[in-house]
Amino acid sequence: MRHLRQLEDQSVYILREAYKHFDNLAMLWSMGKDSTVLLWLARKAFFGHVPLPLLHVDTSFKIPAMIEYRDRVAREWGLKLVVGQNKEALAAGMNPTLGRVNCCTALKTNGLKQLIEQKGYTGIILGVRADEEGTRAKERYFSPRDKHGDWDFRDQPPELWDQFKTTFPPGTHIRIHPLLDWTEINIWEYIKYENIPFIDLYLDKGDGTRYRSLGCAPCTTPIKSTAKTVDEIIDELRHTTVAERSGRAQDEGRGMELLRKDGYM
Amino acid sequence: MVFLIILNKVRTMDNSTQKPSDNLNIVIVGHVDHGKSTLLGRLYADTGSLPDGKLEKVQAICQQQGKEFEYAFLFDAFLEEQEQGITIDTARTFFGWKGRQYIIIDAPGHKEFLKNMISGAARAEGALLLIDALEGVKEQSKKHGYLLSLLGVRQFAVVVNKMDLVGYRQDVFDGIEKEYREFLGQFKAVPQQVIPVSAKLGDNIANRSEQMPWYTGPTVLDALSAFRKEPGRSEQPLRLPVQDVYKFDARRIIAGRITAGQLKVGDSLVFSPSNKRATVKSIEAFNVDPLPVEGHAGQSVGVTLDEQIFVERGEVASHQEQLPLVSTAFRANVFWLGRKPLERGRRYQLRVATKEVDCEVATIHRIIDTMDLAQQQGSSVVNKNQVAEITIRAKAPVAFDLSASFEATGRFVLVDEYDIAGGGIVTELVHDDQEFLREEARQRDFAWVKGEVGVEDRAQQYGHRAAIVLVTGGRHTGKSFLARTIEARLVADGRHAYLLDGGNLRRGLDADLSEGERGQAAEMARRYGEVARLLVDTGLIVVSTTNPFGMAYVEAAQAIRTLVHPVPVIAIHMSKAPEEAPPNTDIVLSGPIDFDAATRRILEELKRRGVLAQAIGAKPTFQYSI
Ligand SMILES: Nc1nc2c(ncn2[C@@H]2O[C@H](COP(=O)(O)OP(=O)(O)O)[C@@H](O)[C@H]2O)c(=O)[nH]1
Repeated sequence: MRHLRQLEDQSVYILREAYKHFDNLAMLWSMGKDSTVLLWLARKAFFGHVPLPLLHVDTSFKIPAMIEYRDRVAREWGLKLVVGQNKEALAAGMNPTLGRVNCCTALKTNGLKQLIEQKGYTGIILGVRADEEGTRAKERYFSPRDKHGDWDFRDQPPELWDQFKTTFPPGTHIRIHPLLDWTEINIWEYIKYENIPFIDLYLDKGDGTRYRSLGCAPCTTPIKSTAKTVDEIIDELRHTTVAERSGRAQDEGRGMELLRKDGYM
Repeated sequence: MVFLIILNKVRTMDNSTQKPSDNLNIVIVGHVDHGKSTLLGRLYADTGSLPDGKLEKVQAICQQQGKEFEYAFLFDAFLEEQEQGITIDTARTFFGWKGRQYIIIDAPGHKEFLKNMISGAARAEGALLLIDALEGVKEQSKKHGYLLSLLGVRQFAVVVNKMDLVGYRQDVFDGIEKEYREFLGQFKAVPQQVIPVSAKLGDNIANRSEQMPWYTGPTVLDALSAFRKEPGRSEQPLRLPVQDVYKFDARRIIAGRITAGQLKVGDSLVFSPSNKRATVKSIEAFNVDPLPVEGHAGQSVGVTLDEQIFVERGEVASHQEQLPLVSTAFRANVFWLGRKPLERGRRYQLRVATKEVDCEVATIHRIIDTMDLAQQQGSSVVNKNQVAEITIRAKAPVAFDLSASFEATGRFVLVDEYDIAGGGIVTELVHDDQEFLREEARQRDFAWVKGEVGVEDRAQQYGHRAAIVLVTGGRHTGKSFLARTIEARLVADGRHAYLLDGGNLRRGLDADLSEGERGQAAEMARRYGEVARLLVDTGLIVVSTTNPFGMAYVEAAQAIRTLVHPVPVIAIHMSKAPEEAPPNTDIVLSGPIDFDAATRRILEELKRRGVLAQAIGAKPTFQYSI
C-alpha cells in the first residue's frame, strides 16, 4: 500500500498549502467517492479536524439517498456544510430536458459561481482526477480561474516541484485539485485501506446494477455490475475497459470540454 | 473532430488480478516532431491500456477522412489541438505495465511550450528524451536534456526514434549516442539507456526489433520498468521544512513534509534559521493506531515538541550535527518563464521549500547557451525560456542547501507579481556581511542555558511577545523623543517595555575599552545587539535608537537584527524630508511629526505583527507570522 501512502502524502501537502495560503477557502463535497476521499484526506491533513466549509451545489435533482448521507456524515464529523442552489434557474423551470449541457451549466456551474461570489471564496478545493476524462488531464494542482470563473487551459502558469500558484489578482479565484494523480482504482483501494464510510449506491444490492459515478438522478444511470463489496469493485475495475463516466450523459460529444472551459468542476 | 480521452482504466497485459503496486510519473520530452506523441500512443497500444475499441475507432475515422492513421491522434483531447496539430499542455494519462502504473506527462516540444514541459518535468520521476535519427541532435534536444538535469530528473533514457527512416543503421545510432552523451557529460548527466526505436512501427517499444539485431539493450518498456521509485532520500540528513503550525485542539502540531532523512520520537531538532531547539514528543496522525514513532522522507507529518518554542513556516528542522546553510544570498542556475524578463534589482518573491521572502537578483553572471555550454554571454536581463547563472539576495536569512546535496531544499522558485515565473537550483552559498554575527548567534543559542520558563510562558504572562522597536534616521529627526514616547505609552498600557540607549553601554559595559576600541562601530553594534538579546530573552519590548554607534544606521540595524533573530524587529525610519528608507523598514515618518499619532501607528504595527494582543488585557493570539 506504499503507493497509496505516497498519494496521500502529496494530497495532504497540497491541502495544507491551500489552508495556509487562502483565507477564504472551501471544499466541494458532492458525496461521491472522490470528494469523500478528499474530505477524509482533509481530516488526515488537519489531524481529525475539518477547518473549512464544505460546499454542496444542490441541483435539486440529486438522488435522495445522497442528501441523507450528506446530512448524516456532516453531523457525525462535525462538518460546516454550506448548500448552494441556483434558485432563479430552478424557478424558471430549468431541468435536463432543456438540454443536458444547459442544465449542468445553469444548475451546477452557475450554482457554484453564485456561491463563490456570495461567499467571496478565493480558493475552492475539488476532487477532480486527471484520469477521469481528457480535459481534467490538463489540470494543474492549483488552477487559476478568471473573474468569470473561466479556465484558460492553454496559458496556465507553471507549477514547479511543490510550489503552487497561491497568489492571484483580486476578483479571481483558484481551484485546487489534491486528487489529480489518483486513479479510480486508487480511490477504492484507499477507501478500503482506511475503511472510509461511503454511500452504498456504489454497491449492487441485489438487482445486478450499481452506480460507478454519481451525479443527478435523471442524468446518471447505474451500470450492470454484481459488485457487492469494495473488494469486488476493485476487482471489477481491474478488468473493465469501459469508461468511468460512461453513465454520465454530459460527457457525450464535446460536452465536457465546453462545460469545463466555462468553469464546470 | 475531437477525441476525448477516457482512459480511466489501467489494465496489465496479462489482465491478471495482481495488485497494482506503485505509480511512476514519466515525462516524454524532445524536439518538436521527433515523435513524442507517437511514442506515447504506441506505449498505450502495446501495453493494451486503451479502452476497448478506441484504436479501431480512431483508425476508422482516419480512413473515412482519407488520412493516414497516426498514433498521436489517440491523445488529442482538445479540438484546438487537433487543429494546430501540437499538444498544448502537459496532459497526464496513465498506462499499466508489469504491475506498475505510469502516469505520463506528454510534454510538447514546440518552443513556446517550454513552460508546460517544465511544469511536467518538475513533477516527473523519470523521463524519455526523444531524438529523431534522421534529423539528429537539435536545439531542443539539448535544451530539454539540460533542463531535465536542472529540474532534478536523474532517471532518464534517450530514445533515438525513426530508425526506420535511416535503414536501422547502427552507425547513425552510434553517432547520435556519442554526440549526445558528450553533451550530457558536460553537466555530469548520464542516461540510464540509449535505445534505438521506431515508434511508428513499434521497434523496441514493447517488442524487441528484428530489424536491429546489433542492439542488445532493453526495450523502452524494459527501461521504464528499471526506473526506481525515489531512491534513497531517507538515508540523507534530516530536512523538515515547517509548513504550518496547528492548534486545532490541545495539541500544538508542527506540520510539514520530510524532504530528506528521517526523524524519531525523542530526536532533538534544530530549527534554522531561528536556531530554536526542541525534542520531538510525538508524531501525530489521524486514523492511525498506535501513533507512528518515526517519519521518513516523502511523508507529510505533524510533530509535537516537548517545549513550546516559537517556530514558524519557512524554518527547516534538522538534527544539530547536519544543519542546512543559512544566508541572505546564494548563487544559482535559473530558468526563466515569465512574461516579463528577469531583471537585476527588481523585486521578486523567493520560495525555498516553504520559506517565502522578498528578494532581488544581485547579479546576472551569464546567460547559459544550451547549444554551447561554455559560451560566456553577459546580459542585464534573462528573457523568457533562457537559462542563466545569477546571484539572489533575500530580504531575510533563508535556510537552504546546495542542490548537489539536497533536492527539495536546494531549489527554489521566483514569483513575479502573481505567477511563478522561474525556478532554479542553488549552486553556491554566497557569504554575506552578517555571516560572523549569525554564526555567533547560532553557537550562543545552542549553548544557551535555559530555565524552566519558555518564551510562550512569558508571553502568556505578560500578554505580549518580546520585540525590538528600532528607530533609525539622521540627526535631529526626533528619534530619541519618539523612542521615549513609545516606551512611556507601552508601560502606561501595562506592557513590559524598556528604553535601551546605546550611550548607557559606553559608560558601563564598555567602560574598560580604550577610545580606539570604542571607535570600532561594528563591535559597538555587536555589544549592543547582545545586550538587546538578553533583554528580549526576558520577554521585554525593547525600544531603541541607533544613534550612538557612529556607523551607518543601515548596517547597525542589520547587525542588531541578526543577533536578536528571530525576535521581531519593528523598524521605524525618521527623516526631515522624504528620503529612501533603509531596507526592511516598517514605518516611514518624514516631515513634521505628530508624536502621538506616530506612537499609535507603531502600536498598531505591533498588534499586526502579533507582538501585542489586539485589545489591552487580552492574550495575544500568536497566529501571526512574526
Ligand atoms: N517514419 C517514422 N515516422 C515517425 C516515427 N515516429 C513519429 N513519426 C512521425 O513524425 C511525426 C511527428 O511525430 P509526433 O509524435 O507528432 O511528434 P511530437 O511533436 O514529438 O509529438 C509524425 O508525422 C509521425 O508519424 C517513426 O518511428 N518513424
